[in-house]
Amino acid sequence: MKITQQKAERHVLAVTVDNEAGILARIAGLFSARGYNIESLTVADISADHALSRITIVTSGPPAVIDQIIAQLDRLVPVHSVIDLTETGAHVERELALVKVAGTGEKRIEALRMADVFRAKVVDTTLTSFVFEITGTSDKVDSFIALMRECGLVEVGRTGVVAIGRGSEGG
Amino acid sequence: MTAPFPAPATMNDAAEMSGAQIIVQALVDLGVDTVFGYPGGAVLPIYDALFEHPQITHILVRHEQAAAHAAEGYARSTGKPGVVLVTSGPGATNAVTGITDALMDSIPMVVLTGQVPTTLIGTDAFQECDTVGITRHCTKHNYLVMDPARLGPVIHEAFHIATHGRPGPVVIDIPKNVQVATAPYIVPEQIEHRSYRPQVEPDSEAIASALALIASARQPIFYTGGGVINAGPEASTLLRELVELTGAPVTSTLMGLGAFPASDEKWLGMLGMHGTYEANMAMNRADLIIAVGARFDDRVTGRLDAFSPHSKKIHIDIDRSSINKIVAADVSVVGDAGRSLAALVAGWKAAGHTRKDLGEWWRRIEGWRATRCLDFPEDKAPEAEIMPQRAVKALYEATRHLDPIITTEVGQHQMWAAQHFGFEEPNRWLTSGGLGTMGYGFPAANGAQVAFPDRLVICIAGEASLQMNIQEMGTCAQYRLPVKIFILNNEWMGMVRQWQELTYESRYSNSYSDSLPDFVKLAEAYGWTGLKVDRLGDLDATIKTMIETPGPVMVDCRVAKLANCFPMIPSGAAHTDMLLQAAEVTGTMDDEAKALV
Repeated sequence: MKITQQKAERHVLAVTVDNEAGILARIAGLFSARGYNIESLTVADISADHALSRITIVTSGPPAVIDQIIAQLDRLVPVHSVIDLTETGAHVERELALVKVAGTGEKRIEALRMADVFRAKVVDTTLTSFVFEITGTSDKVDSFIALMRECGLVEVGRTGVVAIGRGSEGG
Repeated sequence: MTAPFPAPATMNDAAEMSGAQIIVQALVDLGVDTVFGYPGGAVLPIYDALFEHPQITHILVRHEQAAAHAAEGYARSTGKPGVVLVTSGPGATNAVTGITDALMDSIPMVVLTGQVPTTLIGTDAFQECDTVGITRHCTKHNYLVMDPARLGPVIHEAFHIATHGRPGPVVIDIPKNVQVATAPYIVPEQIEHRSYRPQVEPDSEAIASALALIASARQPIFYTGGGVINAGPEASTLLRELVELTGAPVTSTLMGLGAFPASDEKWLGMLGMHGTYEANMAMNRADLIIAVGARFDDRVTGRLDAFSPHSKKIHIDIDRSSINKIVAADVSVVGDAGRSLAALVAGWKAAGHTRKDLGEWWRRIEGWRATRCLDFPEDKAPEAEIMPQRAVKALYEATRHLDPIITTEVGQHQMWAAQHFGFEEPNRWLTSGGLGTMGYGFPAANGAQVAFPDRLVICIAGEASLQMNIQEMGTCAQYRLPVKIFILNNEWMGMVRQWQELTYESRYSNSYSDSLPDFVKLAEAYGWTGLKVDRLGDLDATIKTMIETPGPVMVDCRVAKLANCFPMIPSGAAHTDMLLQAAEVTGTMDDEAKALV
């Protein structure tokens, strides 16, 4: 017997939740309990009184599963809203990465040159290393990191995707 | 930490109460009359506060799992939330099965668990466990209360959440020092929750679309579930009215039995794996399914790609995540089952719809009914062995005029009870549907009996399931609960044995109920009345004795050992592939079928 799987599509969800203890475990636990994928998840407090957090989740699954994910998230008691940015239309996705590269000579110069092309900023340097800060779509960050592998990549830290809809309307 | 209760609140702030006093006062204010629980170190302050509040009856169970099931029985029979009080660590973990059961079957319940003091949380203290972590996925919501001033708002909110929208269990974990420390008792002014606002009123456009489909259907069928029961007795009344208006047949899930009267000619019986032939065939051939408060569980649908292939589906459910989860709906109605049925009834009348001629549809249904799928082979001689189906039918005939509350354990006896015991009204049938918890029925019967001391409450049990919470005989004896346990004793975990016969060529691996107790002696040891019957000729008289004997009674009804529960849709099969009799059993299944539960 073979176990078959359906074709998945990628969706970016913006989830507004009460900023309370255990909320992240509740969300992450829902995904693991029901077998949904999390490609990335970011969370931070977004309101002046620290009452609300926004969680950006990149997930993938067949359309019916995406619908289920949204419905399941929506029925959690501390969840205020769930917006499927992929479904609602144009939106901006950004990710930040800190990329540490070590080396000397030509490789060091090449790293700096490519950082310039990618508009990555140098946020730390020694005589033998750089830490670059790069912001962009996940694809762009992926490409930059791939290039840095050739130039003495030491370490990478990534935030995962944050996203917001285009235009003047709020979510 | 201040001195333990009943130390008075400080003189300069007389409004302050201990956390434990706040908890009990909140329960009183919320109208709680019964708490099922078991004391322990981390809830001693609450127990001490309970001591001072005789208006709350505390039922001392013998195991915390039984407290949760008893609360479920109380909730399911009354429509009110069940309340559980257990200690930290093992008290909480023992309750988890009952909490999960309540989640799966949408039973309103509030569980108060003690926790080690906040200063010891995370230190692996004695009887510490991560209760909120463990129960996060088996509750509708849960709380860890770190501040006694939060107790009032949290408890009021917990009851609101447990009982509004799709009902479910809510756990409140309360560290011991929070029970002892003092704070003002704050009653929230508004119970409207910031983020939790379930849609109760159905969308009028969805109702209009549903009505248009119902009015034009030629082969409609109502498929109703536990949501109709949860919506209160008026939902059942409205269902009956809508069925009368439309003339359509009705089937129901295991959880929905009683919403529509079994004696009505439009009742087709339960559907699904052990449902009737007519119910399953009608679902398969229907052109419109009106699903009300049901969730297309795998026990109901059978093989999904063959499930009711030609029908449109209207799905009415209070939980949006139930809609389109398993089966795509053509019309989705998010709302309370009762409000939705009311809107359909009102809309039907307002639009001036009239009952369609469903004569041809009913003639086909009568044809399926003619198979008499619930008949079973039987020797009717007085000395013959008792068929389990006969035992349920005899129990039904002997008690139906008494309007009993029936609970079951899980397995063959549960399905036979669902098939052969007719229910006329909601809240009379308490069974573990979603989780399928052996050990549910007896404590649930106790919970129902506590709520209705004068009603006849019968637990139809299997000898294997009953032993999972048999310690509750002590609870019955202590509170003089006159529960009747009717054991269909076939000396097997019957459903396991049946599947082994059907799927594993009768290799009966570990399914024999060996070393059974003498149930009559056991009953007597607890001060109950014990009865045993093993001849068909004595069955009716034994049941009569059971009913007429005051106090708790256990009947060891010895039944045919190898009877199978039919009809049956084998796992992985379609509704149209029902097994009606044992002769059709093949004895093996392919891997695809074996992989399904």
